[in-house]
Amino acid sequence: MSVSEMLNIGMMQGFAGLSLFAVLLLMGLGLAIIFGQMGVINMAHGEFMTIGAYTIYLFSTITENHFPKLVQSYFIFAIIAAFFIAFAVGWFIEWSLIRHLYKRPLDTLLATWGISLGMQQIFRSFIGPKEVSPTLPDWLMGSWSPHEGLDIPINGMFVMALTLVVTGGVLLALYKSRWGLRVRATVANRTMANAIGINTKKTDRLTFAIGCGIAGIAGAAFTTIGSTGPTSGSLYIVDAFLVVTFGGAASLLGTMASAFGIAQMQSISEFFMTGSMARVITLLTIVLILMMRPQGLFASKIRR
Amino acid sequence: MISKLLSSLKTWIDQRGLNGFIILAILLAVVFPLAMDSFRLNLVGKYLTYGFVAIGLVMAWGYGGVLSLGQGVFFGLGGYAMAMFLKLEASDPISTKIQSTPGIPDFMDWNQITALPIWWEPFRHLPFALLAVLVVPTLLAFIISFAMFKRRVGGVYFAIITQAVALILTVLIIGQQGYTGGVNGITDLKTMLGWDTRTNSAKYILYFVTVALLLASIYGCQWIQKSKLGTLLLAMRDKEDRVRFSGYDVAMFKVFAFCLAAFLSAIGGALFTLQVGFMSASFVGIVPSIEMVIFAAVGGRMSLVGAVYGTLLVNFGKTYFSESFPDLWLFLMAALFIGVVMAFPDGLAGLWESHIKGWLARGRAALRKPKNPDAPPSQIVQPDADVMTMQEIGSPPLARSASGSPRVPSGAGMQVSGIQGQSA
Repeated sequence: MSVSEMLNIGMMQGFAGLSLFAVLLLMGLGLAIIFGQMGVINMAHGEFMTIGAYTIYLFSTITENHFPKLVQSYFIFAIIAAFFIAFAVGWFIEWSLIRHLYKRPLDTLLATWGISLGMQQIFRSFIGPKEVSPTLPDWLMGSWSPHEGLDIPINGMFVMALTLVVTGGVLLALYKSRWGLRVRATVANRTMANAIGINTKKTDRLTFAIGCGIAGIAGAAFTTIGSTGPTSGSLYIVDAFLVVTFGGAASLLGTMASAFGIAQMQSISEFFMTGSMARVITLLTIVLILMMRPQGLFASKIRR
Repeated sequence: MISKLLSSLKTWIDQRGLNGFIILAILLAVVFPLAMDSFRLNLVGKYLTYGFVAIGLVMAWGYGGVLSLGQGVFFGLGGYAMAMFLKLEASDPISTKIQSTPGIPDFMDWNQITALPIWWEPFRHLPFALLAVLVVPTLLAFIISFAMFKRRVGGVYFAIITQAVALILTVLIIGQQGYTGGVNGITDLKTMLGWDTRTNSAKYILYFVTVALLLASIYGCQWIQKSKLGTLLLAMRDKEDRVRFSGYDVAMFKVFAFCLAAFLSAIGGALFTLQVGFMSASFVGIVPSIEMVIFAAVGGRMSLVGAVYGTLLVNFGKTYFSESFPDLWLFLMAALFIGVVMAFPDGLAGLWESHIKGWLARGRAALRKPKNPDAPPSQIVQPDADVMTMQEIGSPPLARSASGSPRVPSGAGMQVSGIQGQSA
């Protein structure tokens, strides 16, 4: 094997890691907002991702059957719809359940696990236990080969671009918008935020819903690299939580760094050993590092 | 003379908080074996092994405020240690002579492994296996909890880490199928030191061993709850900092609670292997681990006896519904998770405390009144005195009472308030 071939394989493996990075980051971003900013453990986060993925599938089926001309462009609208459907479900769940449990984080964990079970069974009963994949538009298919022997899949690049846009959007919203200001104020000091006239209840609900909406987008990204089943989301939930804790719960920058680290470590070690061992090694490393440094990579400076 | 003896026995029972305990003991050791055939009894025996995990969680989560989502790890490790011994006994060279390498477990042979791995070797001896059942899970629990609690990480972070550990162990077991039996697990376990564990009589004996160990564990845990240690655990759960400032090493108490839970789970796992005859990764992972939490939560996270009832109830429900209405079961499970958090956080034991017992006491008082209208006041207050002692039995002094006001334990000497555990 020549050096250039090794380089090509390395780059392609690295790129495969980037796809995983994109899904983990999108999942982690939603969680980081919900868990890091609000302290709510949302075990149903994976199911919000599944909602997003099924939304894409729904749009794909509808366009194929009724508007075959739009097949090339439905995907963009479907992503937006995925966000808003997950957003709406998140809004409803915050209103009906989560808001009663803010003072009991461990109980939120159990309740949202119940939601996750229920949602999985809803998917299974009403959509079907089989895995589905949407028909992707032609421009997402194929690969781009800048030179001989190096193939980079276009859907991977699309997912990366989507992730960058969403991440940028979240950062912008959190640090430049009124909503972001309210969220940061509420996180820093709930009582004071309340006292100066911020409606913290409304802020919480919006924050939770936005986090869920981002999980919906993660689901949309997920459809381009895998097929969706009722339990697809739950496969990523532990990894997503590790991404957030590893990065340092309140830090979005940390979430990005740790998603990148975990995905690349997983992908690169997969090249040397079996997939399951790669996963064991990756998870074990993270857990060990978390034991040594429980506050994560980027610790928040806020005193709790 | 006899009546005096009986009354002193009664005060002893009341003092030790044994009422619920004795009812449970009679139910498990007398009523069930008489009322059920050996198949159902074996099923109950299997559920009772989860009961060990549930009472462990009552101690760690209800009392210590340490929620573990990885109890399946310890249950599984205990079960696997037992299964490894039984498997080695079942795969002697004669009964495995059709294999390409006789004398090693069948799954190793299927995975082209030709020699017994070194770390399997000591499991040929029962004392070592039993020691491993008790020590390995406890040691792992110690390492995890010591590393976390000494750095003052707790609450949800700890829960997430234990969950990750459960995931790691599952992936490892499934991935290394040549050494662990993979998804199928370790199956075809036949005898223990030549004693066939598959016969009906063996199943009866194992059932009673399980019941005896479970009752002993509950008794032991009740003893801990009543001791100063139990009071400290409660105080620590509710106001960690105050206990720390009083000069106690909070971390080590949490480590103890978690190790105790792991220890009990491991016993349950080993008994599970003996009764059911196999062990697989499906008892280790995230889903079974979190289901074990719901056993304890349904029974009442503060009540040891309640946790056993919760385990039995949820598992009977699971068996019944997943046979008759498989779709409905997960919805029911979901409702259980949400309901137990939202509507009755103290589980069955809590419902008993707040509703049924008051009703019973009133009923008893009403029954007594008409019989002897001239009774001295002490007799009329009798039911209330009963309630007081029962409250000390069933729910801990600090559980939220019906009115919601926290009660201070006698002799604790510190004001303890608040409800649930604390985040990091």
